[in-house]
Amino acid sequence: MQKHCYSKYKILSIVIGLLFFGQVTLAQTDIDGIMMQKNFFCIGPTVDKTSWKNYWEGTFKRDNANLGTVSSTAAMIMGNYGITNKLNVLFGLPYIKSKASAGNLKGQKGLQDLSLWVKWVAKEKKIGKGNLKGILEGGYSTPVSNYYIDLMPLAIGMHSKTGSIRLMADYEMGDWFATVSGTYMMRSNVTLDRYTYYTTELHYTNEVEMPDANDFNFRIGYRSSTWIAEAIVDKFTTLGGFDITKNNMPFVSNKMNATKLGLHVKYDTDFVNGLSFVADANTTVAGRNIGQSSSFGGGVFYILDFSKKKKEEKKK
Amino acid sequence: MKKIFLFISLVTVTAIAVFNSCSKKLDEANLAYPLLNPSKADGNAGTWKPILLASASEFPCPAPIATTSPDYILQLNEIKSFQNNITSENKDLVNYWGAGAVLRWNEIMRELVAKHNVPPYQNPDGTYPFPNANNPLAYPLFPFSNPPYAARAYAYLSAAQYDACVAAYYYKSLYNRAAPFTVDATIQTLLPKSTLPSYPSEDAVVEGASIELLKLLFPGDQDYINQRAEEHKRARLIAGANVRSDLDAGETLGRAIAAKFIARARGDRAGAAIGTQAQWTQFETDATAKGETPWYSQESPKRPPMLPLFGKVKTWLFDSLTMVTTIRPPAPPSTGSAQFKTETAEIYQMQKDLTREQKAIATFWSDGVGTYTPPGHWNYIAATEFVQQNFSEARWARNMALLNMSIMDAGIVCWDAKYFYFNPRPMQIDTRIKTDLGLPNFPAYISGHSTFSGAASTVLGYIIPTKAQQFIDMAKEASVSRMYGAIHFRSDCEVGLTTGNKVGSYAISRGHTDGAE
Repeated sequence: MQKHCYSKYKILSIVIGLLFFGQVTLAQTDIDGIMMQKNFFCIGPTVDKTSWKNYWEGTFKRDNANLGTVSSTAAMIMGNYGITNKLNVLFGLPYIKSKASAGNLKGQKGLQDLSLWVKWVAKEKKIGKGNLKGILEGGYSTPVSNYYIDLMPLAIGMHSKTGSIRLMADYEMGDWFATVSGTYMMRSNVTLDRYTYYTTELHYTNEVEMPDANDFNFRIGYRSSTWIAEAIVDKFTTLGGFDITKNNMPFVSNKMNATKLGLHVKYDTDFVNGLSFVADANTTVAGRNIGQSSSFGGGVFYILDFSKKKKEEKKK
Repeated sequence: MKKIFLFISLVTVTAIAVFNSCSKKLDEANLAYPLLNPSKADGNAGTWKPILLASASEFPCPAPIATTSPDYILQLNEIKSFQNNITSENKDLVNYWGAGAVLRWNEIMRELVAKHNVPPYQNPDGTYPFPNANNPLAYPLFPFSNPPYAARAYAYLSAAQYDACVAAYYYKSLYNRAAPFTVDATIQTLLPKSTLPSYPSEDAVVEGASIELLKLLFPGDQDYINQRAEEHKRARLIAGANVRSDLDAGETLGRAIAAKFIARARGDRAGAAIGTQAQWTQFETDATAKGETPWYSQESPKRPPMLPLFGKVKTWLFDSLTMVTTIRPPAPPSTGSAQFKTETAEIYQMQKDLTREQKAIATFWSDGVGTYTPPGHWNYIAATEFVQQNFSEARWARNMALLNMSIMDAGIVCWDAKYFYFNPRPMQIDTRIKTDLGLPNFPAYISGHSTFSGAASTVLGYIIPTKAQQFIDMAKEASVSRMYGAIHFRSDCEVGLTTGNKVGSYAISRGHTDGAE
């Protein structure tokens, strides 16, 4: 079990923060049914590149010669520690850099949000020939730098604190599996560097009300002790917010929705025990107030063993 | 079981942390304004000098019916019926409008400006459509309330409100009709009791003048404007501050006075400010002939320059000859000069080394697409100060008129200079320069923000002398913010500020002679 360090965790804050980029790296999330074994710690870096040329202004799809292709690169460190076989703690922290290939808007960069997750296998049951797990998760993310949010779509995030609750079911039969999950994200209000702004009315405050969001995720594929290969569908919906009006600037509290299809592959090496490689790709098939992005990424993970057994072995 | 407790406690702590940090209700500054309660009633405002009216009595206002007449009693009973069924929404409405009529209608215009401050999307062939006042709801929506459009809108609204107040106060003194709460002691008053005669209502005269100007300037939003007007009048009745005939007379008078301002607006040459392709090309030819690098649109597809003939629009505070001979700034550093090179290098370095705090300043003053524009920002600054000054409605109107006439004239002077010199933006010269803001689509010299701010800060310093230095500092910050945004050279900003100061001084001269001091 511990061999799949796997990025169970790829920050949800990216899902939330960079939706305009479509930086939802579906295949590398905390959204899987795999657990780290007790006292094992999996950690590693990942790099993702996301880009889009077309975007949806409300429901109107367009390009923009004043932006060209908007891209962002995220370098992230993440980890997963097994408190017990059924209770894991995960974290992630990305550094993000954005850029527009045309026009005169300045690319933004900085450390984004630190995310923490607690993941608990609440129920495990044999059903038919397979094994069903019911998993409950709680997540929290908070910005770690004073990054700039008033330049969507180049802003690296939304600077909102989020609290998330997720319910997940994972069914495994031999080397085949399917996982389905639903997540509710509560998002705190954010503040701007100005004291008025217009949404669908003029507001006289620097505080912006952030709509909550939910996410539905389904993944299916092959999972053996050395390989994981899965296909993913993800639907992110903002519960509230407003549309970008024609040719207007995007805004942090827009109604950003996205449906994405993705692939994820992971390989556990046999030449170094605990070393694994991951690769991801996804594309946006439908959206609202976001870029029609494609994303590619990869990472390396290593599992550290902090179990007593190992320590005792060392003492000997 | 331990694990379960651990997990549940972690989830609970997280949830509490999040819920505590995200009480979602917003505290909006404009909903916390105090009620208008003038320290000085300005009962003589009927003698102040109007802007367009030949005299305070140019438009008639018929004598009111007697407060003993059956019709008047009927009107008192209308108030009583409102007050009999008063709800908390009614009270909110009364308090909202009780902060002041000039204030609230100015705010409504700021909102409409922000709503309409969006440049049109291009046609399939790469040209751009222009909004059409006769078909305001077809795309592109009319208007595109960019800064010059907005400056003019605020000025007409404020000037009309002021003349309307002068006329209303004149008739108040003439007819001297008592307020309903004075006539009938059983009428409650939900607002501070005004010592002024109540006919015609100063609130309704402001409302009447405002709705006509707003409908002219934002013809696609008439339904919204009418709805706000209804609310305003209802608030006055519920408050027991006016009877129906006070309101009707005020509204009628305000609308009649507005017509005079609308006639001026139709003839002030703003309608032709977009210009023609031949004129756009001519600016370029003229600049090139002088040996200068002309401005080019940095947008893709190239967008025609914003309102290039706005510099020809009729001014309020001086004539066009004075503008050209006395106020128009000298030429900027030649695009071939060493100083121009130095100023370009300065902006390149500045945007490269920009601190987070400078970025915040650039954003605070940016007032770009989707905002109430820099003129709107100065209206908000003025409103925030005026609510603390206990001005009368007439003084609010007079001060806002001085402010906004100076802001519009500053816009005209600025646009005249921009198209007279047709000077490029920093990123046209050095394409490595990038901005955190939007790049305005018109020439650089002189900075609009600086000119608007120079004028506005000068006028506000005259109105509230104890805060003059604070306004100067704000204007300086607004001006330099455009360098932080990498969209202006130092010369654009510095000369813009001093030019704006000059424009502001003309408003002060008017203030000295309008009878309100």
